[in-house]
Amino acid sequence: MITVVDYGMGNLRNVRRALEHIGSEVLVTPDPDAIRRATTLILPGVGAFGEAVTRIDGLGLRGPIMDHAGAGKPMLGICLGMQLLFQESEESPGAQGLGLIPGSIIRFRTALVVPHIGWNDVRPVAPTALLAPDGGCFYFVHSFHAGDTPAAVGTTDYGITFTAVVELGTVFGVQFHPEKSQAAGIDLLRRFAAFDNPEVRA
Amino acid sequence: MLHKRIIPCLDVRNGTVVKGVNFVGLREMGEPAVHARFYNDEGADELVILDITASREERRSILHVVESVADVLFIPLTVGGGIRTAEDVRDMLNAGADRVSLNTAMVQRPALIEEAAARFGSQCVVAAIDARRRVEGTGWEVFIYGGHQATGLDALTWAMEVERRGAGEILLTSMDRDGTQSGYDIDLLRALTSRVRIPVIASGGAGRLEHFTEGLTAGGASAVLAASLFHTRALTIPQLKASLRSEGVSVR
Repeated sequence: MITVVDYGMGNLRNVRRALEHIGSEVLVTPDPDAIRRATTLILPGVGAFGEAVTRIDGLGLRGPIMDHAGAGKPMLGICLGMQLLFQESEESPGAQGLGLIPGSIIRFRTALVVPHIGWNDVRPVAPTALLAPDGGCFYFVHSFHAGDTPAAVGTTDYGITFTAVVELGTVFGVQFHPEKSQAAGIDLLRRFAAFDNPEVRA
Repeated sequence: MLHKRIIPCLDVRNGTVVKGVNFVGLREMGEPAVHARFYNDEGADELVILDITASREERRSILHVVESVADVLFIPLTVGGGIRTAEDVRDMLNAGADRVSLNTAMVQRPALIEEAAARFGSQCVVAAIDARRRVEGTGWEVFIYGGHQATGLDALTWAMEVERRGAGEILLTSMDRDGTQSGYDIDLLRALTSRVRIPVIASGGAGRLEHFTEGLTAGGASAVLAASLFHTRALTIPQLKASLRSEGVSVR
């Protein structure tokens, strides 16, 4: 079963539906105890970094999420959920991210229009079970992005080359929306859901 | 690189897809979810639903339309029409929309843009601007209430203001061209895209393959929207993408 953390930001309906589409059992919950019991977590989210941190702390979810990752159980951050894995963000100075991935979230410094909205190509830059060998084309909508990090396994070009996919142990993050990325997104969710199977997990 | 987006638009009234010419003369074109599934499978990059239901009371029905459409879509969904408050935005998102488009209400109360952007993020807020070329003088004027009421606002000035207030994208409809299939208003598009730093969706007037290319190149748009041209199958999305690729425009 895949547990989706509901901290009150973003539309979880589409994440649930995409997971059900690939045959996963899904629990969407804001309950810290349910999150402690989870075998596999998805941290979704749309909105501002600081507001998300406030809500996660307010609901008492930081501890359960950190323990989950600390126990080596699989976890995927999507969009803002990926950004929350980092230490901090220029969007909300002072707000403390989860710090599961080293590095910080920064504003796009490009001459191109921002937000970065639409379908863009993701290229693997390190071995990862999350991406197909040739990467894929995924739907993005964001104004901030992950800066350089040793956990980067996939990058995307938008004026600059930025980190679009991270992986560190069993902690994964994607800046794009797999649940909105048609076949490529479904494929990525299948790859992540495979970690939910204890026989597949190393 | 970032690909240009092709966006079919469903104008929905009382739960049914409709389409008119120059914002009037509507005719019915079927169930929204049927169109949505078709476009999802055909390779559309995003879908827009605009609720043009007349009365406030009947507007709740759009939430069921959004739910039924979101259930068959694995591409992003933007919903507009009749959204007046941050609570309306929340209801649309909960029903399955990824983004909302604001129009009449944000003209009447521009702070709605800031409220929606602060609560749900700029990426969630699409500012829809319906513009008509001024008969006297120069430039384009903003209209509201589905094109029925002039505002006196200059479209280019208004575009810069919605950007400043936190809109993440502009959906620009040329009322002069809407439904005419005579091509996007490239002068309007070029004037507007050169003044804002957020992406712009071109709408109103697409009728032939070259119109899309013009909108995305000369017009500077990030995405192109069309309705009846796709609904009647006069043009398919795979045809359009093949044409754009051959013109050197990057599409998914």
